[in-house]
Amino acid sequence: MNPYVDLSHLTMEFPTPKGPFCALDKVNLKIQKGEFISLIGHSGCGKSTVLNIIAGLYQATKGAVVLEGKEVNEPGPERAVVFQNHSLFPWLTAYENIEIAVKQVFKGQKSKAEIRDWVMHNLTLAHMEHAAHKYPAELSGGMKQRIGIARALAMEPKVLLMDEPFGALDALTRAHLQDSLMEIQTELNNTVVMITHDVDEAVLLSDRIVMMTNGPAATIGEVLDIDLERPRDRLTLASDAHYNEYRAAVLRFLHQKHSNPAQKKSDSKPKDKSEGSDNALGQAA
Amino acid sequence: MFKQKTIGFFEVAGFRWMVPVVKLAFWEDPKEQSRQLGNLLGLPLLAIALFLFFWAAGAAQVDTSLGKLPGPSAVLDAGKTLYAEHKEERAKEAAFYERQEKRHAKKLERNPDAELKWRNYTGNATFIDQIFTSLKTVFTGFLLASVIAVPVGIACGLSPGLNTAISPIIQILKPVSPLAWLPIVTMVVSAVYISDDPLFAKSFVNSAITVTLCCMWPTLINTAVGVANIDKDLINVGRVIRLGWITRVRKIAIPAALPMIFTGLRISLGIGWMVLIAAEMLAQNPGLGKFVWDEFQNGSSQSLARIMFAVVTIGFIGFVLDWLMLTLQKLISHEDVKS
Repeated sequence: MNPYVDLSHLTMEFPTPKGPFCALDKVNLKIQKGEFISLIGHSGCGKSTVLNIIAGLYQATKGAVVLEGKEVNEPGPERAVVFQNHSLFPWLTAYENIEIAVKQVFKGQKSKAEIRDWVMHNLTLAHMEHAAHKYPAELSGGMKQRIGIARALAMEPKVLLMDEPFGALDALTRAHLQDSLMEIQTELNNTVVMITHDVDEAVLLSDRIVMMTNGPAATIGEVLDIDLERPRDRLTLASDAHYNEYRAAVLRFLHQKHSNPAQKKSDSKPKDKSEGSDNALGQAA
Repeated sequence: MFKQKTIGFFEVAGFRWMVPVVKLAFWEDPKEQSRQLGNLLGLPLLAIALFLFFWAAGAAQVDTSLGKLPGPSAVLDAGKTLYAEHKEERAKEAAFYERQEKRHAKKLERNPDAELKWRNYTGNATFIDQIFTSLKTVFTGFLLASVIAVPVGIACGLSPGLNTAISPIIQILKPVSPLAWLPIVTMVVSAVYISDDPLFAKSFVNSAITVTLCCMWPTLINTAVGVANIDKDLINVGRVIRLGWITRVRKIAIPAALPMIFTGLRISLGIGWMVLIAAEMLAQNPGLGKFVWDEFQNGSSQSLARIMFAVVTIGFIGFVLDWLMLTLQKLISHEDVKS
């Protein structure tokens, strides 16, 4: 069976004054339809670069992303992105923030009434119908991110891309949003690629966890299949032996095999290079 | 809720001292509110009283060739006189038109085909007239500056290349004094603006263009910075939903930069007002600046008091203009006000 999304030999080099900096080296990943994939790794390992290439916001130096048999080379709504800092337009209400996307994506396909219903449907999906006419500044961080997710879902993406969607939220809010996301997943069964730092989040939500090695020239280290039955419940899983094994496997990868490069003080060279990667990403972004 | 709305209104309008007044009216924590009112209203009033006292005391010590330097009460009297003169002039004007009206009526009675000559009243421009002339000029110049500066600023913000290219020109033109521009503007306007029946007086065009030249820079620079520093994620959202280039500018770049644009406009209007008075003074263009200069040349015993009243008026109008722009800025900014 052909994969739904196929990343083949993705290599990314950023130009720097000291010559090209290799952020990613030959990343290969095949994603099936309806799969929930988490990308996990230390800061500066190129997770965001992978996501941005799938989104079409970056162009890979070598290799390609193929979605449903078509090569990706520009951003588009079929690969909607949920950004870490919600990225809502502060001058538009929650409703208008979703409406601007819906109007653009379904131009000529939906009538006015259909657009209104579709926006409200997606707000309801994210449990935010009560805040439709509030401005982002009037909403809490968790509520803003719910709207951000609703906006991405409203584009009916083939692949939903999430860049550390809950990274800026407190632990309790994050748990609420994870539960909501699982609930939405049961209903829509989207194909999702999510970046995360949080091991529990990765195990709880994913079908597969893709663990990345440290940069420079980061690539996929291991892929872990999470064979836990759905619907998953965080309380039951907390004492589940399988769940804890998966958790331990990811922790081992992150902290034994590929420990955080920023903490290695004896070996200064890789550290410098990893900082260089941050700069390069900053310039390219 | 009525109370909350009223408080919100006064906060946006910049009358923070009205907030404790409203709360007092609802008898909410009267002790604390009285203390706040004492701070917000009492302290400025005390400072003004002290200022007036030192002015009165100091002015009495200075003997000029036009008599003693006027104190606050003399200046207030001068203001009253100026208003009385304005009333008188208006009455004369009305009388003039009434006489003309009657004369024409009589003429028509004698001969229905008589050719009528309508004359405009050519009295002196009063202090109040000068205020309105100045306001009209400053807004014309400011509007012209905004129409140029905002689009150029947006273009500079969007294109780093263009920004680098024209930045030195902006840096050099920005600090030029209005007094230096004025001769050039006067000559160029005389050469270019030729018309038998001009829509605007040349003097008006001169001052307005001088204002434009001096006050467009803050708007231009602020707009460029505002547009260049838009959150990249917001731009990326626009790319993901595939907004066209123009829509991206219209629906993302401009609203995102609007708070910065308004900051620039506010500074521009302030500079424009300062520049205008200087330009009017030097070029003998009608307006408050000319009023000050005429009084200075006049040199009567009343002149100093009248000039001082004009100075206070200029300051007060500048303050009102700034307050207008600040309130507008608060109204359009979602980030700070609506939280």
